[in-house]
Amino acid sequence: MKHFINVILLVLALTALLLFLTDPPAWMPLAASAEAGPVDWLFGLHMDVIIFLYVLVNGVLLYAVVAFRRKPGDTGDGAYFHSNTRLEILWTVLPLAVVLYFSYLGLGVLRQTTAAAADELEVIVTARQWSWSFEYPDYGIAAGELNLPAGRKAHLVLRAEDVIHSFWVPEFRLKQDTVPGQEKYLRITPTEVGAYKVRCAELCGTGHAAMLAPVNVLPPAEFDIWVQKRLGTYVEPEGGAGEGPGEEDIVALGQQLAQANGCIACHSLDGSKLVGPSWKGVFGRTEALEDGSSITADEAYLRTAIIDPGSQIVAGFANLMPANYGDTLLPSEIDAIIAYLKTLE
Amino acid sequence: MSRTSRMFLGFVVGFVAGAVLLTVMRALVGLSPLAAIPALSAGFTPFFNALAPLLSAGLLLGAVGLMLGLDPALGLARGLVGMAIGFVLGILLTHFVRLGLGLGWDAESAWVGGASLAPIGFLLGVGALSDWLKWTRGMHTPEQHGPPAGRPAWTRYFGFDQNHKVIGVQYTVTGILIMGVGGTLAMIFRTELAAVGRQFLSPDAFNTYISLHGIIMIASILLGIGGLANYLVPLMLGASDMAFPRLNGFAFWLTVPSAILIIMAIFFGGWDTGWTGYAPLSVRGPIGINFFMIGMFYFGFSSILGSLNLIVTTLKMRAPGMNLFRMPIFVWAILSTSLIQLTATQFIGLSFLMVVLERNLQMGFFNPAEGGNVILFQHLFWFYSHPAVYIFILPGLGIISELLPVFSRKPLFGYKWIALSSMAIALMGFLVWGHHMFAAGIEDALRVPFMYSTMLVAVPTGVKFFSWLGTVWRGKLFFPTPMLFVLAAIAVFLIGGLTGPPLATISTDLHLHDSYFVVGHFHATMFGGFVFPFFAALYFWFPKITGRMYNERLGQIHWALQTVGFYTMSLTMARAGLLGMRRRIVDYDPALGVEGMQLIVTIAGYIIFLGVLIGVYNLWISAKRGQVAAINPWGSRSPEWQIPSPIPEHNYAEPFEVVGDPYDYGLPGSVYVNMSPSRGAAASTPAH
Repeated sequence: MKHFINVILLVLALTALLLFLTDPPAWMPLAASAEAGPVDWLFGLHMDVIIFLYVLVNGVLLYAVVAFRRKPGDTGDGAYFHSNTRLEILWTVLPLAVVLYFSYLGLGVLRQTTAAAADELEVIVTARQWSWSFEYPDYGIAAGELNLPAGRKAHLVLRAEDVIHSFWVPEFRLKQDTVPGQEKYLRITPTEVGAYKVRCAELCGTGHAAMLAPVNVLPPAEFDIWVQKRLGTYVEPEGGAGEGPGEEDIVALGQQLAQANGCIACHSLDGSKLVGPSWKGVFGRTEALEDGSSITADEAYLRTAIIDPGSQIVAGFANLMPANYGDTLLPSEIDAIIAYLKTLE
Repeated sequence: MSRTSRMFLGFVVGFVAGAVLLTVMRALVGLSPLAAIPALSAGFTPFFNALAPLLSAGLLLGAVGLMLGLDPALGLARGLVGMAIGFVLGILLTHFVRLGLGLGWDAESAWVGGASLAPIGFLLGVGALSDWLKWTRGMHTPEQHGPPAGRPAWTRYFGFDQNHKVIGVQYTVTGILIMGVGGTLAMIFRTELAAVGRQFLSPDAFNTYISLHGIIMIASILLGIGGLANYLVPLMLGASDMAFPRLNGFAFWLTVPSAILIIMAIFFGGWDTGWTGYAPLSVRGPIGINFFMIGMFYFGFSSILGSLNLIVTTLKMRAPGMNLFRMPIFVWAILSTSLIQLTATQFIGLSFLMVVLERNLQMGFFNPAEGGNVILFQHLFWFYSHPAVYIFILPGLGIISELLPVFSRKPLFGYKWIALSSMAIALMGFLVWGHHMFAAGIEDALRVPFMYSTMLVAVPTGVKFFSWLGTVWRGKLFFPTPMLFVLAAIAVFLIGGLTGPPLATISTDLHLHDSYFVVGHFHATMFGGFVFPFFAALYFWFPKITGRMYNERLGQIHWALQTVGFYTMSLTMARAGLLGMRRRIVDYDPALGVEGMQLIVTIAGYIIFLGVLIGVYNLWISAKRGQVAAINPWGSRSPEWQIPSPIPEHNYAEPFEVVGDPYDYGLPGSVYVNMSPSRGAAASTPAH
C-alpha cells in the first residue's frame, strides 16, 4: 500500500509540474485562420492527456527501477501474482471511453472546420511540378500568389496537373492533397493579416522542397485594390504618389516574383544544373537549342521563354516548364522578372 | 596465394568491373557516362553526386569478388553468379520478344526483364531449388543436417542450409548488414540537413537516399524478425526444426537478391517517391523505381512463405502439454505477426506490380486519362502497409513481454490479455488503413469510421503497457544490458504510442500529416517497437547462440548512446513538425525557425549511429573472444535455457513435456517444462 501511495504522489506531482511548465501551451506556430482555433484547442487537450499518460507509465517504471531493484546477493524471486481481472477490465474500458470521447471531439472539430458559408470566395488552386497558381473565377484574374481577404471564408478548389501535391499553410492548420484527375476542396477563413507560404507537403519529385508560393492575408480594402490592379482598372486616388516605380524597385519586384512563382525551384542562381538552365549570367548568353540552332538570350527570347516555354528549348533540357505564366503574370511583372534576370551576372 | 590476398584481389577486380559495367549501363540508358564526373575543384557537390553511384556499383561487385576470393564454392558466390546470368538472360529474352513484336531496343523494358529473372538465377545458383528439382525427376533427397560434407562449419552460413538456427543467424546477420546500409544513408542526408541551404546533395540524390533509407530499414526489420522467429520459435515449442525446412531456406535466400535489386536502383537514376511509391509520381519517375518495386515484390514473396512456415510450425509442432495459453508470449506475437504477413503482403506486391505494368506495358491503372484512379494505389498500398507496421512492432513487443518477467523475477502480468491483445492489434490493423489518407481526399464521411477504428488500436496497446507495469511491480529487478534495452524500449515506444492519437484524430492530423511530427512518431514506434527490443533479444540470447558472454560495459555504452540519442531525435523531430517542417525535403525555409532543431536531430543521429556501431562491435568481438557463458545465466524458465550452449544440431536430446505455466517465477516448486519425461521425474504443477 505504501508503494501505491508513493507512486500516485510521484505521478501527480510530475504531471502537475509538466502541465505547469507547458502552460500556456505553445505547441503550434501562429494561428492565422478561424479553423486554427478548434484544431489547436483539440491538440492542446490531446497534449494534456499525453503528458498524464507519459508520466504515468514512465513514473511507475522509474519508481519500480528504484524501489524494486534486487539487493546485492539476493537471488530470490519477486512477489507472486499474475493477473487481476478487475484491473485488466478497468484499463481496457477506461482507455476505450477516452479514445471514443476524443474521436467524438475530433468529429465535432472536423464539422466546424469543413462547414460551408454563404459568402465564400472561390479560388481555383492549381499545383504542378513545381509551382502553384491561383485563379479567382469571380473576378476573372489569376496570379502566382494566393491573396485572401481577412475574415471571409475562402473555398479552395484544388487541382493537380501531373502528380499528387499537397496544399499546406502551417499557420492555417489544414492540409489537402491535390490529386490529378480529381477536384478536391478546402475551406479556410483567414483571420490574421500577414504574409505566409503555401508549402507542398506531398513528395512530388526533384523540386518538391522549393515548391512554395506566397500566401497573403490582406485587409478587405487592400484585397479589393489588389484585384483592381490585376484587372488594370485601378485608379490612383488623387494626391497619391504619381511617379512610377524606380529601376531598383523593379528589380526587387522581379526577384520577389521569381521566388513567388516557383522559378527558382528549377533555375539555379549559382550556376548548378537543375531541371532548367541556370539563371546565373543568363542574359546575353548564347545557348544551343534542342533543334540544333542557337540563340542569344536577349529580352525578346526571355519573354518568349516565359510565356511560351515549349517553343525554344535549350539543348539538354526537357520541356517541363508550365505554359501558363502568360495568364498568371501581368506584362509589367514579366518586365520586372526580365529586369531581374539582367542583374544576375 | 593466401585466402586474404585472394579476397583482396577479388574485391579490387570486382570493384573495377562494377565501375566499368555501370558506366556502360548508364551510357545504354542515355545517362551521362564517366565523362560527366567533374573535377573535385568544381566543388564537392557535383563530384559527390556523380561519384556515389559509381562507388556503390564498385562496392557491390567488389563484394561479389570478395566472396569468390573467399571460396568460389560458397552458395552465396554461386548465387551471385547465377543472378548475373539470370539478369543477362532476362535482358535478352525481353529484347527478343520486343523484336518479335516489331519493336526496337528499349532500355527500361530490358532492365525490367533482367531484374525479374535475376532472383530466379540467384536461387538456382545458391541451390535453394536443388531438392525440389531433384524431386521432379523422382530422386530422393534426405533432409540436410550439419555442415556440408568435407567443408568447414562456417561455410554453411554462406550457403543453402535447412537448419532453423543457421537460417535464423543468416536472417539476423543480413538484417544487421542491411541496417548498416540504411543507417549510413541516413547519416549522409542528415548531414545535408544539418543547416539551411543545399550543402552537397542534389535534390534527386536526396530523394533517392531517403527513399532507399526507408525501404532498406523496412527490409532490415523484416529480416531481423525473420531471424528472431526462425531461431527461437522451434526452440520455444520444443520442435527440432521448422515445419518446412527447405521452404525456410528458400524464403531466406529470396531476400538476398531482392535486397540487391533494391540497392541497384541507385545505378538507374535512383527514385524519387519515398518508400511509399505513390502513383503517379512512381509511374513518371526514373527507371530505378522498377528495381525498388520488383525487389520488394520478391521480398514480399519471402515474407509470405516465411510466415506460412511459422504458422504451421506453431499450430502443429508444439511439445506435449503445451496448449496455446502455455506458449511463450513471444510465440503469440510471432503468430499474430505471421497471420498479417500471410494475408496482407499480397496487396503491396500487387500495388507495386501494377506500377511496373503501367510503366512498361502501358496499362493505365492509375492514369486518369485512361480511366485509372490515382487514389487506388494508396488504398492497395496501405491495406498492406498499415498492418505491416504491426508486423514490425508485435514481435518486439513480444520480446519485451518475454524478457520482463525474467529480469523482474515475477510472472508476466495478465498473460492472456497480452496474448489476445496481439491478436486484437493484428485484426484491427486491417481496419485502419484509411487514416493514411485523411488528407488525400477520400470521401468525407469515410474518414470518420477510420478515425474511430484507429483510435481503438490504442486500447490493446494500452493493455500491453499497463501489463508491463504490473509485471515489474513488486518484483526483484536487475539490470544487465538486455533489461536496459527492454526498459528503454518501453519508454521509447511510449512516445510512439502517445503521438498516435493526435494523428488519428482527423482534424489535428490535417495539420500534422506529412510533417516531421509523423517522422518523429514513426521512428519512435519503429525504435521502441523493434530496434530496442531487437538489441535486447540479441544481447539476451547471445550467450545461448554463441556459448559466450558479450561485454557488459560496451553493452551499457551502446544502450546509453542509443537511448539518449533517440529520445533527443524523435522529440525534436516532432517539435519541428508542429512548426511546419515538411518531411522529405532537401532544404527548408529558415523562416520556420527549425534550423537549430535540424542540427540537433543530425547530431542525435550520429550518436545513435555510433551507439549501434559499438553494439555490433561488441557482438562481433565477444562471439570470438567473450568469456564462456553459463548454460542459463539469466535464470530463465524457458526450455532453450536448459540445454547446452551453443545449442546442438537437433536442439533437444529428447522431446520435453510442458507441465506448468511459462512465467511462474516466485511460485515455489513450479517448473515450466520437464526436460526428460522418459525418466518419469515429472514435477507436478501446483495449483494456483
